[in-house]
Amino acid sequence: MNRSKFDFTVGLFVAIGLLAMVFMALKVGNLASFDGGTGYALDAHFDNIGGLKVRAPVKSAGVVVGRVEAVRLDSETYEAVVRLRIDPNYHFSKDTIGSILTSGLLGEQYVGLEPGGDPVYLANGDRLGKTQSAMILEKLISQFLFSKAAETPAKVP
Amino acid sequence: MISRMITAIEALGSFFTQRIDRLGLAARFAIALLAVLWMSIRRASLIIRELYFSGVRSLLIIAVSGLFVGMVLAVQGYEVLQRYGSAESLGVIVALSLVRELGPVVTALLFAGRASSAVTAEIGLMRATEQLAAMDMMAVDPLSRVIAPRFLAAILSMPLLAAIFSSAGIFGAWIIGVKLIGIDDGAFWSQMQASVDVRIDVLGGLLKSVVFGIAVGLISVFEGYFAAPTAEGIASATTRTVVTSSLAVLLLDLVLTVMMFRGLS
Repeated sequence: MNRSKFDFTVGLFVAIGLLAMVFMALKVGNLASFDGGTGYALDAHFDNIGGLKVRAPVKSAGVVVGRVEAVRLDSETYEAVVRLRIDPNYHFSKDTIGSILTSGLLGEQYVGLEPGGDPVYLANGDRLGKTQSAMILEKLISQFLFSKAAETPAKVP
Repeated sequence: MISRMITAIEALGSFFTQRIDRLGLAARFAIALLAVLWMSIRRASLIIRELYFSGVRSLLIIAVSGLFVGMVLAVQGYEVLQRYGSAESLGVIVALSLVRELGPVVTALLFAGRASSAVTAEIGLMRATEQLAAMDMMAVDPLSRVIAPRFLAAILSMPLLAAIFSSAGIFGAWIIGVKLIGIDDGAFWSQMQASVDVRIDVLGGLLKSVVFGIAVGLISVFEGYFAAPTAEGIASATTRTVVTSSLAVLLLDLVLTVMMFRGLS
């Protein structure tokens, strides 16, 4: 086999390999979408964040607008402080409500933002005024059980 | 009785000293190889020739294996996922297991069997027929002329082959999951894209395959270079290449996986 044939097949091989890498970066992973590198930061204080993890999505009306950058505990108030990194293309009003939601029954948890009507936008480093904590399944079940017990007094045999 | 015990202890001792001896030889060989690597990089035509024999000729087996592995993952994954009513997550499971683990590891194992064994046999035969000695006589350094291009070809082709393996696998899973079983096409891709991280998963997997390429490439040229110059010696060197490469790949995979994914809750 001569030299140019080697060059051609090896070139083809490298091209296919690089194409596979591009396919993995763009179609399998999602390089194009917002990855939390740039953008402005918002702080949200929650009583309980449930199973929220770093890099979880931040969604507004179902659209991913940012990522959870860090989670820590405020040692003064014992609240969880969640730092959100928001895509600079999106702006939210001052009275936006942040809540921790779950996609599906057993799905991953994410932060949902619900904008209000305030004409002033949240800026870098601002804190969300109103938040709603994660739904804890055990608490819901115990609430349900207690209310059920209150409705029907225990039968005395 | 005592003499027999002493012989047993001696055998144990020589077993370990031989292994350590060989490890030291491999380390010195690797350093000598590193020293001539730069000279060899500039002779692209030699590397291209080895890329053809190691990389291009492995393309078909890698692509077909990837396709089958992806299809099997799709069938097995669907079987479990549909019990929990989350069959749409099939894309996530297949893509993560291929990109993080199976792509780099299975590619390295196949590469060790398909290409590295041939490299060892080739270099071993060159040693046995004194072609390497003849090169030395003509003031051609066999390390930079014969060994380094084969080593570099393994490092270069491994990540490319791993990427092809993973892509073929995901394509196979798509055929089974979307085309045959009937999972929603959009959910298959969008859930995959939401869960696969380009930096951690895709680049981490490619980094793994580069490390595997270094390990497998080094083992194959080392075993060939120091093969006993007999038919038997070449046979056992080829076997050792495949066995050692496979073990090294699996061990390195464990170490790399712990290092990469330990911090990610």
